[in-house]
Amino acid sequence: MTIRRLGSIFRRPMPVGRAVMDDNRKLIEDIDRRGLLRGSLSLGSLVMLTGCDAGHEGSVQTALRAVSKFNDAVQAALFRPNHLAPTYPVDRVAKPPRFNAYYPRDEVRPVAAATWKLELAGRVGDRTPWTVDRIWSEPHEEIVVKHICVEGWDYVGQWAGMPMRRFLERIGADTRARYVAFRCADDYTGSIDMATALHPQTLLATHYAGRPLEDPFGFPLRLRTATKLGYKNPKWITAIEVTNEKPGGYWEDRGFNWFGGI
Amino acid sequence: MTPTTDDRPRRLHPLAVRLMHWTNAVAVAMLIFSGWKIYDDYPILGWLRFDDAITLGGHPETALQWHFFAMWIVTANGLAYVAHGFASGRFRRRFLPIRLDDVVATLRDTARLKLSHDDLTRYNGVQKLLYVGVVVVLALQIATGLAIWKPIQFSEVAWIFGSFQSARILHFAGMVAICGFVVVHVALALLVPRTLAAMLTGGPLETSAPAAAAETARPSR
Repeated sequence: MTIRRLGSIFRRPMPVGRAVMDDNRKLIEDIDRRGLLRGSLSLGSLVMLTGCDAGHEGSVQTALRAVSKFNDAVQAALFRPNHLAPTYPVDRVAKPPRFNAYYPRDEVRPVAAATWKLELAGRVGDRTPWTVDRIWSEPHEEIVVKHICVEGWDYVGQWAGMPMRRFLERIGADTRARYVAFRCADDYTGSIDMATALHPQTLLATHYAGRPLEDPFGFPLRLRTATKLGYKNPKWITAIEVTNEKPGGYWEDRGFNWFGGI
Repeated sequence: MTPTTDDRPRRLHPLAVRLMHWTNAVAVAMLIFSGWKIYDDYPILGWLRFDDAITLGGHPETALQWHFFAMWIVTANGLAYVAHGFASGRFRRRFLPIRLDDVVATLRDTARLKLSHDDLTRYNGVQKLLYVGVVVVLALQIATGLAIWKPIQFSEVAWIFGSFQSARILHFAGMVAICGFVVVHVALALLVPRTLAAMLTGGPLETSAPAAAAETARPSR
């Protein structure tokens, strides 16, 4: 996500009459949380407002979310567990990688390697936290794949780290569980389906273009999955949970498609 | 395609065609207006942005939800339309043959403001070309859309269109072509309101057998 979007995310909602607020407080809070009232008038809000009541507005949003959920199921069915994303020659690798976060680059808070720990939770056998030394000592694999952002831009990146599949096996995770969830040092959250976690091009990346990750790109640990959009690749990961209860995510909770597959 | 054996007179636009036409119109409008919002996040042309007032969704995430909702409608409706067009013989009767001299004659008559609309059931060369053309463009939009949505899972489709970015550009170009069609199509429908009424009520009965109609379909010269 680019910086440009921040303005709209935190824009104040349009003023609403007090009585209406009181009558529909729960509904309005719900809608406001989902960001329906922010921003300027658009065809979308016109369509949603034709029913002249907030209930109608909510039902359109509910219907769109239901279709988005249906699209999650379609994408899970379409997913080919052993189909590899195209790879590229290293001379096409962008250096450095493109920065993206839900805040501008100058607000990145670097993570200190010495104090960083990777916490583990949920359906795993060994919850001992991992240190930087431990994850660096594991054999690395490298992929040169495209990073495709939901906004439409893309670049070729050269990522190396421990394959997620091997990591899950190492911590005794229940790989029949449905989801893997991530929590990050910058309060970003994310989650992926287990089939994607086990895909050969899903890495817990520690290196880019042969060098350790730099601070703005997720040091010391980020996810790099070749089969999902950029926002499904959390950076500065501090905790991983294996679970059967569907976790959300920072952008997913705001309405971006949960599966986010490509 | 075998001719239909039903010899009863048909309406210009049977009910199924009317339903599919208006379903398509609404769903394509949803795709275009939400697509503009999605485009704005990473414009292809530096000078071209679409104002929020003319987009659907208000925010990229909502625009994406609309887009990935309407895509199912356009795809299912389009498949039904093509199946109906072949099975009923409509495509053959209405759209074929497309002859270059007919297209040229229609364009010349249009320039001289002498275009005849006496018989709505007979399409001129330009009409045939545009109607077949927009169906082909819509099919290509679905294909390039698939390449953008699933460049890895459908890497075989994505490969046909080159890179992810070239698929985006082709998808954008397809939108421009559809918008161009819509402008001409709506303008002519408003100029000859009987054609618009026909897409609502079914329109006149066909005047003659398809073969005879094809012979006399060319504009008067």
